[in-house]
Amino acid sequence: MSLGTATASGNERRQRLATLSFIAPGFLLIVLLFLIPLALVIAYSVMTRGTYGGVVWRFDLDAYARILGLPNEDELRDWDFVYLIIFAKTALIAAATALIALVVGYPAAWYIARQPEKRRFVLLLLVTIPFFVNALVRIYAWMLILRADGLVNNLLMGLGITQAPLQLLYTKGAVILAMVYQYLPFMVLPLYASIEKLDTRLVEASLDLGAGRWKTFRRVVVPLTRPGIAAGLGLVFIPAFGNFIAPTLIGGSKELQVGTLLVQAFLSARDWPFGAAVATVLSAIVLLALVYMVRSERRAPMPAGEVRP
Amino acid sequence: MDVARSPDRIAPAAGPAVVEVTGVSKRFVSAEGTPVKALDAVSLSISAGRFTTLLGPSGCGKTTLLRAIGGFEVPDEGSVRIAGRDMTHEPPYARPVNTVFQHYALFPHLTIAGNVAYGLEVTGVPRREIAARVERALGLVRLEGFGGRRITQISGGQQQRVALARSLVLEPKVLLLDEPLAALDRKLRKEMQFELKRLQNEIGIAFLCVTHDQEEALSMSDTVVVMNHGRIEQIGTPREVYDHPSTRFVAGFVGEASMLPCRAAGPEGTGTRLELAGGGHLVTAERDVPTGDVVAVIRPERLSLAGTVAAAGAAAVFGGTVRQSIYLGDKTRVELSTGGGGLVLALLDGAIEPPAPGAEIRLAYDPVHVRVVAP
Repeated sequence: MSLGTATASGNERRQRLATLSFIAPGFLLIVLLFLIPLALVIAYSVMTRGTYGGVVWRFDLDAYARILGLPNEDELRDWDFVYLIIFAKTALIAAATALIALVVGYPAAWYIARQPEKRRFVLLLLVTIPFFVNALVRIYAWMLILRADGLVNNLLMGLGITQAPLQLLYTKGAVILAMVYQYLPFMVLPLYASIEKLDTRLVEASLDLGAGRWKTFRRVVVPLTRPGIAAGLGLVFIPAFGNFIAPTLIGGSKELQVGTLLVQAFLSARDWPFGAAVATVLSAIVLLALVYMVRSERRAPMPAGEVRP
Repeated sequence: MDVARSPDRIAPAAGPAVVEVTGVSKRFVSAEGTPVKALDAVSLSISAGRFTTLLGPSGCGKTTLLRAIGGFEVPDEGSVRIAGRDMTHEPPYARPVNTVFQHYALFPHLTIAGNVAYGLEVTGVPRREIAARVERALGLVRLEGFGGRRITQISGGQQQRVALARSLVLEPKVLLLDEPLAALDRKLRKEMQFELKRLQNEIGIAFLCVTHDQEEALSMSDTVVVMNHGRIEQIGTPREVYDHPSTRFVAGFVGEASMLPCRAAGPEGTGTRLELAGGGHLVTAERDVPTGDVVAVIRPERLSLAGTVAAAGAAAVFGGTVRQSIYLGDKTRVELSTGGGGLVLALLDGAIEPPAPGAEIRLAYDPVHVRVVAP
């Protein structure tokens, strides 16, 4: 009996050691390359700006005050919500990107999940093709398509729909379009995983019980694929929120977004505490989005029946 | 009833038909790319208030037929009428029928009450009415007070009852059941057979049930429809299907039977004398036996040892050599060769001494129990 327990605990210890050795490299990597830099960023954000860049080691929350738009008499600053507006606008653009990606990605994911197994693999590979193309090359491709003498304008004018070239490039629409394209795989893949698991007999049962196609989609398919929807929304929203390549290159210089603001703060303005504060707020928002994703995953399948007899 | 019948195409008349299937064919392309005829010009009429079972081996087309009635398959040819209206091309949600699916297909994101209420909610039944109807339906399947539980918290038998309640609450013209008992263990299956029968009697709507289990079909149904290779082999009461199989397939699929190749050899008494291919003869009570090769069908339990009490009243005997005899307690199972390769199974009374292999014995039977089918 005692021998048995001894062996069992020995086994347990060996197993724990094996587990530890498996997760140690990943854990170290995350600590070195993510947690420590993040701590540095947070630390910089509460320090004072150095005259020629860098920071002075003195505690100061002024960077956050500027983000919030609080007045500061020493620097002759009045109430100014310009940065909050940039955050809000960026959030709206990222949310629009995520929602459009959902609307575009859902039917595609549905279609792929309903194909024979062999074809599914090929289609999923095709979905991930944008991943294999350099981000700059993708953006320049969009610039070629959208510019005044680009593909779209030439087509519209060639067909006589418009007389003069439309301003497509350097608009919010162009930024959203490019980001939807860039992040669509992040939407399609988790959706596909959820839809593929969906039992089609439940769809049949719903139709059988008198629900039309739309009601079936809303009341059975959406609740049961909610983890995929939440994951997709999160995975598109998060990188879209911090993206700076698309806003910089095809968003034009008039409109600052959080990503461009960040780059400017560090590189042009050489205001490290402010850049770090922007980065910290950005990270906090991303964290909230992650919490939403994880909680949706846990909740599903959730009770939706309202009837309590 | 003792006239050999050609395969029936019409159910025994009983009340108006709620479902009329006429000449329905459906072809599929199999995984290997060859076309398969799942349904081959099937016609069937389901009577109101009756328990009808589609019985057949897997791949015989019974589930495809059920799905064509439910609206999940559109037939290549033929029509499906439900409650007097042509519904061949109507979607499932427009049909006054509901299905209990094979693995129940209960919604995992809803409670039991949510599942039962689903059909009422999506069809716009007023909220006040829903709660009362849900509770009544749960009472019907003996699940009162379970409404708040999750689907994952109840047993397979209870899930089956929820699936029944979810369909019955909508008061369909016909309830379709796809292998409703297949997922249950043996003991529960027996219980649910009676439960289904009780429910059907109580609410009086037509049930159409698909099964491959002949015992289930015989014990629950008013009408059994035996199918094979996408065609209907026979339609009849359980008794007709068992005692008067109209084809060789039905005789072999429903219960056990010995099949003896033979030819008609003129009348004997009020019936017909059958010369067995391997020598010897049988007598059948059937009069109109077609000329040429036929097969005589006889059930093992209809045979008894000549001269014993069990054989009293049996009018005819035939002999053979015992090949094997297995004592089963209440019965003794005997394999008898009749010469010429013919093999007869007999279930004899277990109280008598089991005959030894090699012994010559004589078995008594009533010519009424000898059926003649096409080879």
